[in-house]
Amino acid sequence: MDVAIIKYNAGNIYSVSYALKRLGVEAMITADPERLCKADKVIFPGVGEAKTTMEYLKEHKLDAVIKELKQPVLGICLGMQLMCRHSEEGDADCLGIFDTDVKRFIPQAHADKVPHMGWNTITDVKGGLFDTQLENKFVYFVHSYYVPVNEYTAATTEYILPFSASLHKGNFYATQFHPEKSGPAGEAILSNFLKL
Amino acid sequence: MLAKRIIPCLDIKDGKTVKGINFVNFRDAGDPVELGAQYSRAGADELVYLDITASHEGRKTFTELVKKVAAHISIPFTVGGGINELNDVDRLLSAGADKVSINSAALRNPGLIEEIAKHFGSQVCVVAIDAHFEADGWRCYLNGGRVPTKKQLFQWAAEAESWGAGEILFTSMTHDGVKDGYANDALATLADMLHIPVIASGGAGKMEHFRDAFARGKADAALAASVFHFGEIGIGALKQYLHEEGINVRL
Repeated sequence: MDVAIIKYNAGNIYSVSYALKRLGVEAMITADPERLCKADKVIFPGVGEAKTTMEYLKEHKLDAVIKELKQPVLGICLGMQLMCRHSEEGDADCLGIFDTDVKRFIPQAHADKVPHMGWNTITDVKGGLFDTQLENKFVYFVHSYYVPVNEYTAATTEYILPFSASLHKGNFYATQFHPEKSGPAGEAILSNFLKL
Repeated sequence: MLAKRIIPCLDIKDGKTVKGINFVNFRDAGDPVELGAQYSRAGADELVYLDITASHEGRKTFTELVKKVAAHISIPFTVGGGINELNDVDRLLSAGADKVSINSAALRNPGLIEEIAKHFGSQVCVVAIDAHFEADGWRCYLNGGRVPTKKQLFQWAAEAESWGAGEILFTSMTHDGVKDGYANDALATLADMLHIPVIASGGAGKMEHFRDAFARGKADAALAASVFHFGEIGIGALKQYLHEEGINVRL
């Protein structure tokens, strides 16, 4: 299987390729539109800031490429947020694959620390990334911005408020958490994606 | 609900795991990658690898170790020790670490916290504080607990947060190695004061000590080394115990 990881100015994209390697898949890390279009699966990882990353994608014409991909695509963390319409982080216009906006967490109590960092549970899981065994499993999050629950929500997590832990629309899948850092539950999710 | 985290800490010297008793006299406790993988399978939520080799050669060995850890382990891990400038952070994150922990360098140059936060985000920047309880309060120490400073724990923790620290890892030198529980009062003060997670370190000897660090010390995570390395407490059993005690942990 030909799996491509979109290369851009993000930190720690290698952890995704390591995780795939543990599942027996050697992924290519590339920014070449042709190779991305030809891959069986595309992963859009992300650690970074929304506005600068969107500017980078536009400059390298990757924004149009990602939107037009027809094979299963998995956006992770910032990758998921950039697949939405707009992000409050840097007031950035994003790819608009998911017709929803990205908002900043607003603490409601002293215990509400931002970023939301650590292990939290996913509920109401549905769609191709999840099977029923993953309901209520803990996965690893690190983020200060969130996508509200909406018509594309494929898993929900509660922190300050219920938000989208995962999104799904057609061939586009996304997780707010890091499956590559989520132990056995994360491996199951990545493995489900590879089977799509 | 966000789970409380259990974090085994592996002190690394020349590519091998060691653990200090009161910061001196090291005992060998095994291969770092294999040990980390075992902890991960047992249910550890994160790992900390602390490089206590100071030499240039040792640092290269450590970077290679970080790559191996990233390749083999599917939970987040933090690395620390010998980080003095942004280049060190870049090297370790590029090798696959999720976070870096800075200690002496932050005390000498708090601006480094801001630089790291700006370049890589606050979430990667753990500020580690070694403090000892003395007549005038909690004094912060440099260089692995060897050099006293004028800084006080609470003042320095607040400063570190305002510079952009993502987490505070507070090691009580007074409690470390004694195995009589964490510094729960100081931890609770930190938790009430700060808006970032606090990791408790130093003093774990029994399972109850972890419960107390969460319930009384209000810590977000608890770190320990020797009780795990020498098999005195199993991580699986510990998390089961905490769950039964009403602490929200990942099982």
